[in-house]
Amino acid sequence: MSREGRVGDLRKRLSRAPGLGRPSGLTLLSAAIAVALVAPLGWLFVEVLDLGPRALELTLDPRTIEILLRSVALVAIVTTASVLVGVPIALLTARTDLPFARLFTVLAALPLAIPSYLGALAVLSAFGTGGVLTDVLAPLGIEQLPEIDGFAGAAIVLTLYTYPYVLLTTRASLLSLDTSLIEAARTLDAGRLEAFRRVTLPQIAPGIAAGALLVALYTLADFGTPNFMGVEVFTQAIYARYNTTMRPWAALLSLQLLAVTVGILYLESKVGADDEGAYQSRGTSGGAVIELGNWRYVAALFPAVVTGLAVALPVIVFGLWLTSDAGGYTAGGLAFSWSYGWNSVYLAGLAAGASLLVALPVAVAAARGRSRLANLADRAAYVGYATPGIVLAFALVLFALNTLPLSYRETAYNLLLVLVFAYVVRFVPQAIGAIRTATMQVDGRLIEAARTLGRTRIEGFRAVTLPLIAPGIATGAALVFLTTMKELPVTLLLRPFWFDQTLVTYIWKVREAGLYGRASVPALALIAISALSMAVILSQEGSNT
Amino acid sequence: MTAAERSTPVDAHPGSTGTAESTDEDRAVLELDGVTRQFGSETAVSDLSLRVQDGELLTLLGPSGCGKTTTLRLLAGLDEPDAGRIRVAGETVAGEGTFIKPEERDVGLVFQEFALFPHLTVGENVAFGIQDRSDDEIDQRVTDLLELVGLGDYADASPEDLSGGQRQRVALARSLAPEPDVLLLDEPFSNLDVGLREEMRREVRRIIKETGVTAVSVTHDQEEALSISDRVAVIDDGGIEQIGRPEVVFQQPESRFVAEFLGQAGFVSGTLEEGSVDTPLGCLDADRIEGLDAEYEGADVDVLVRPDDIRAVPADPAGTNGRIVDRQYTGPSFVYTVELDSGAVLHCEHNHAEELGIDKRVRVRLATDHPLAWFPAE
Repeated sequence: MSREGRVGDLRKRLSRAPGLGRPSGLTLLSAAIAVALVAPLGWLFVEVLDLGPRALELTLDPRTIEILLRSVALVAIVTTASVLVGVPIALLTARTDLPFARLFTVLAALPLAIPSYLGALAVLSAFGTGGVLTDVLAPLGIEQLPEIDGFAGAAIVLTLYTYPYVLLTTRASLLSLDTSLIEAARTLDAGRLEAFRRVTLPQIAPGIAAGALLVALYTLADFGTPNFMGVEVFTQAIYARYNTTMRPWAALLSLQLLAVTVGILYLESKVGADDEGAYQSRGTSGGAVIELGNWRYVAALFPAVVTGLAVALPVIVFGLWLTSDAGGYTAGGLAFSWSYGWNSVYLAGLAAGASLLVALPVAVAAARGRSRLANLADRAAYVGYATPGIVLAFALVLFALNTLPLSYRETAYNLLLVLVFAYVVRFVPQAIGAIRTATMQVDGRLIEAARTLGRTRIEGFRAVTLPLIAPGIATGAALVFLTTMKELPVTLLLRPFWFDQTLVTYIWKVREAGLYGRASVPALALIAISALSMAVILSQEGSNT
Repeated sequence: MTAAERSTPVDAHPGSTGTAESTDEDRAVLELDGVTRQFGSETAVSDLSLRVQDGELLTLLGPSGCGKTTTLRLLAGLDEPDAGRIRVAGETVAGEGTFIKPEERDVGLVFQEFALFPHLTVGENVAFGIQDRSDDEIDQRVTDLLELVGLGDYADASPEDLSGGQRQRVALARSLAPEPDVLLLDEPFSNLDVGLREEMRREVRRIIKETGVTAVSVTHDQEEALSISDRVAVIDDGGIEQIGRPEVVFQQPESRFVAEFLGQAGFVSGTLEEGSVDTPLGCLDADRIEGLDAEYEGADVDVLVRPDDIRAVPADPAGTNGRIVDRQYTGPSFVYTVELDSGAVLHCEHNHAEELGIDKRVRVRLATDHPLAWFPAE
């Protein structure tokens, strides 16, 4: 080994404190937590094994194959469409003199925070005969708008709410791209378009791919939109069968859905997208701005229309419901109660608190320990994140049914243990990510300094690390809180009977009853919460750079 | 290392090179005996033994990766030796089955990047290690120390608002606050602007001497080591090559490694015959070469010459013995690289006004009176 290599190797080993490299209690705890988070998925296998030879038969059933093909088709179409929408907006906002580029950057990213089922709800009621928009546009002579629902409706809505993944990753690649490369290409007599094709595109391709794969994962896992639009894809089919005699079939579909998810994750690892670097811009843009001249106002129409549909339309539709009695939407029972909002806050608070208890040891071990076990625990926690909510909820139902005696099971449900556990599994990686990033930014020598000044490791953690990572902890808790507020399938399946509606389940219920107008207040509240989550994410990115 | 590889000991006075320190054992505040630390198959510190006297400032000097920082971490308790024993103020802190944790050792450490707590003020940083005292005592101690390091008005400032030199002063005050038996400094000046280093070397030495604390610093910068230390220990491959007063280590290096590490070293070879050595620089009287006694008659030797020991002067072609192959302008001086006709390459330092062209034939001659060091020819 060369001297340099040896020195580097040595330095790496030196940079850890004694004892932390060996699997410490902290690491073991975090590993145990990770196992607990992942274990329930095993019950899906048990359920399918019970089927015996019927499993193969069901797999080859035309209806199963149809669901698989429809799901894959939806993923393919939404992913392609997201690239076609996201990449041009990224180019426009990052590389041209588009008017209001900064405003459009924020606006165009906003749909990411809004749950797509709200968009589906808005689109469903805005278009079609007797839709909200028809009423508004009637004075202008437009009396008939096309119905938007079914497969096409789901594809449009999902594209509107997932293209920001592509936008953000592409934008990050564009911003970190060394613009002198493009200038170099131009001096080598490549035209603007040729330079884009031969220099820019190959460099931002990994960014586009990373965003596209996130879109694919979201589309595959999304529960609300296909249900609202009436499209029989995996998530919808699993829900339709989970508490009937067709439960084993639902388990089989769940495993298939997981398999497709793993396939997509495998693709993601192949293109080398990592969830840490993907969004981080290095802020070294500057130079090489393409001047569009007067075309810039025409170009601005594109992001304006897209964000108008994704952000403004729901606000307008829900706003109209609020202010008018249009279409008799408010008739009938199921009156909205503000206590539903409180219920949402209560559950989200529990989820955030529980997530912090789990996230702190895992994140600190992953940031400090550097042992293989700690990293594995950290990675394992992300399995829950990639698992579609409906699959996780279903797996937990099976787990509770098969392992807990009735009385315990009821207690677990009633104490919200199952529900909060599911929230933690789903969303704890957000908290882990925020806390781990904060912890890694704390110089390890500060802890060593504290120790040479007479503090034990735990005292040092309290006196030095904890105050320094407090903002990261707050961000993590806020992210879990806000995403829990918007969560649909887990809340729907695991909420105990005694627990009243939340904002989300109430929306689900009035939609089932066809009383869309009732959803206006909770839907607007959820959009406000979405805006808040976006603000949290942006502030986190700001503090990272 | 065997005796044959070294020149004979050059300093006849026991104690001054550190070779006979054991007689002062009662005054040793820090003692290392056979300390070894391995990382996998890599030995970072190997069988290191060392004594540091009360109030002494010792510098461990060596290239990157020589094990000096590991040694410091072992002393602080941030790492544990695989073998050997460390004693601080007579108490065994590592080895012989004991390991005292860093927080329980009276050892302070000034970190390379200072490691000031960013969420605390300057005053709170200094007070961090003395929380067991009463509030009045803490206030008094913080005030005294900030005065000592010349930052009396900065108690409420945030570390982020300080310059590099000020941060180092705070780091020093923070480590001194709990009155440690031993103060450790890890590359104390590497994070400072070049212009500031000289000032801070003087300041740090003043502060350490004023408090009377026993101090060990590590660095790879030989100028820094030579200028601040009472004694210098040159470390290579995890072991001590030579330890002694700065001027002794510089002038009488005991190994080629030490000679080369402490400054540009050039060697001229010759054979000792009848009391003199015939070198490319002329015939050198054996009296001018430290410790080259008659017992080495007939030995082939390399004599160490440093840039300030020799001069290159223009001469008649017949009188020249070398050619200038490179030159480096440093501002105050020119350093010329001269290739002697014998093949040896030497550096000589000249006043900046004395300019010689590249490829010029010159005569290099010795221009010093001090005794020269020698090594057996390789």
